[in-house]
Amino acid sequence: MSGTAHAIRVGGLDVRFGDIHAVRDTSFDVAAGESFGLVGESGSGKSTVLRALSGLNPDWTGGIEILGAPQGRRRSRGFHRAVQMVFQDPFGSLHPRHTVDRALAEPLAIHGIDDVEARIERVLAEVQLGPGFRFRYPHQLSGGQRQRVAIARALIVEPKILLLDEPTSALDVSIQAEVLNLLVELRRRRGLTYILVSHNLAVVGHMCERIAVMNAGRIVEEMTTEALRAGTPREAYTRQLLLASRGYDRAAAAQFRSFD
Amino acid sequence: MDGAPLLDVADLHVRFHTRTGIVEAVRGLSFALGREKLGVVGESGSGKSMTGRAILGLVPPPGEVTASRLAFKGRDLRTLAGPELRALRGRHISMVLQDPKFSLNPVMRVGDQIAEAYRQHHRVNRRDAHARSIAMLEKVRIRDARRVYDLYPHEVSGGMGQRIMIAMMLIPEPDVIIADEPTSALDVTVQMQVLAILDDLVTERGMGLIFISHDLALVGSFCDRVLVMYGGRVMETLAARDLAHATHPYTRGLLSCLPQLDKPTAVLPTLTRDPSWMGS
Repeated sequence: MSGTAHAIRVGGLDVRFGDIHAVRDTSFDVAAGESFGLVGESGSGKSTVLRALSGLNPDWTGGIEILGAPQGRRRSRGFHRAVQMVFQDPFGSLHPRHTVDRALAEPLAIHGIDDVEARIERVLAEVQLGPGFRFRYPHQLSGGQRQRVAIARALIVEPKILLLDEPTSALDVSIQAEVLNLLVELRRRRGLTYILVSHNLAVVGHMCERIAVMNAGRIVEEMTTEALRAGTPREAYTRQLLLASRGYDRAAAAQFRSFD
Repeated sequence: MDGAPLLDVADLHVRFHTRTGIVEAVRGLSFALGREKLGVVGESGSGKSMTGRAILGLVPPPGEVTASRLAFKGRDLRTLAGPELRALRGRHISMVLQDPKFSLNPVMRVGDQIAEAYRQHHRVNRRDAHARSIAMLEKVRIRDARRVYDLYPHEVSGGMGQRIMIAMMLIPEPDVIIADEPTSALDVTVQMQVLAILDDLVTERGMGLIFISHDLALVGSFCDRVLVMYGGRVMETLAARDLAHATHPYTRGLLSCLPQLDKPTAVLPTLTRDPSWMGS
């Protein structure tokens, strides 16, 4: 994709945890404003890639470039403002004794951003939570509402890039639809760049233009969503994943093999 | 469905008396189970798990279970005392839970756990129980069953753990299996393999299976019949193959809000809940 500004470039990324080689020689680029999906089964390394990108895991080797700037182990304050993350579990990612107001005010304080009141009200409206939610505690919110607060907390510092780690897999499907619609709408309105990590091919297909399939720490295949939709993946691993995600089929299940 | 039902449930209620009032988890549920795969589908809080637990008398206190009929092969489950109920559980009706990590004893070899399940209900010596357990592990397609017999739960993968759970629940040869999200913690390909094993065993032995799940598409492709629950009530019961032609707005809503690879849409339809679904 020459001529396009890259929001994210990853080259030869390796992550090890002791003897476990979690991510092996992984490279991909994400254009500014693009939505890129990382799909894989548990242990494939997809979340580890995201954690290395976000700076949550400092033990990696290779190259990571964010918005044109090469990144090291330590990240600048500017990085943390430009790159925000939304986690899978809306029950674990909010402080149980902090109100929504406090959860949203903290990133503003860290980054020295003023106009706190107006920003909190604006961001709550943007994630479709009324001002009535501002002084609630997490236990007074449903799972979907908590995930909206987590998204609001990421958005309030006006990031360019959102890293989404299974943002809807803990939610009921009807709530998942609402949160996915919100994420699509926010990206359009704010021109955000997304990396979405998920085990759900349909969710990634709905949200992303390009998809990388990971297995055992490597990117097996990178393709457009159209290619996935047309059912023409190159690799046997991807085809099997696609088949399995289409529901139960006794004959198909008998054919499945291990790709470790 | 041929002959008398294995399970016959009418007007089942599960209530919890709390400080703030009565919470009704299940409100007047009725169904009959034959030698078939019955899917019970619903979102969180729909009462699907409580239904499974109520049948086995496993609703935790202060939960209260009432029904006008709750029978297994004509035997009234409501009047059974503790020891009678324990003799029934596992032997005639057993339950597979979601996560093998929490349902297997972490400090006991997995094979011994399967043998224990067998010896609980059959008078056999250790050697026979051991041989039976190895055979059962092979039935759930575990290669190298002798080696796996001696492993501890932390040494097995999620998929293998769930196959061990299934082996443990099937070895007493029950008539009914209640599986509560048995494959939700597994990767899709492993999920399909585990379901194939469950499918074969249920069909081969002519058991009745209650498959509790939040995944409507999966249940539609795996089960014979589907019961859709919302707010502790049954919204509709239909043959799995007719799921695409479901008539109830809740079922239709649940199906349409799923993103689909084949049918991309810019905006996903969302579910509008109608208070009238909860009845009066």
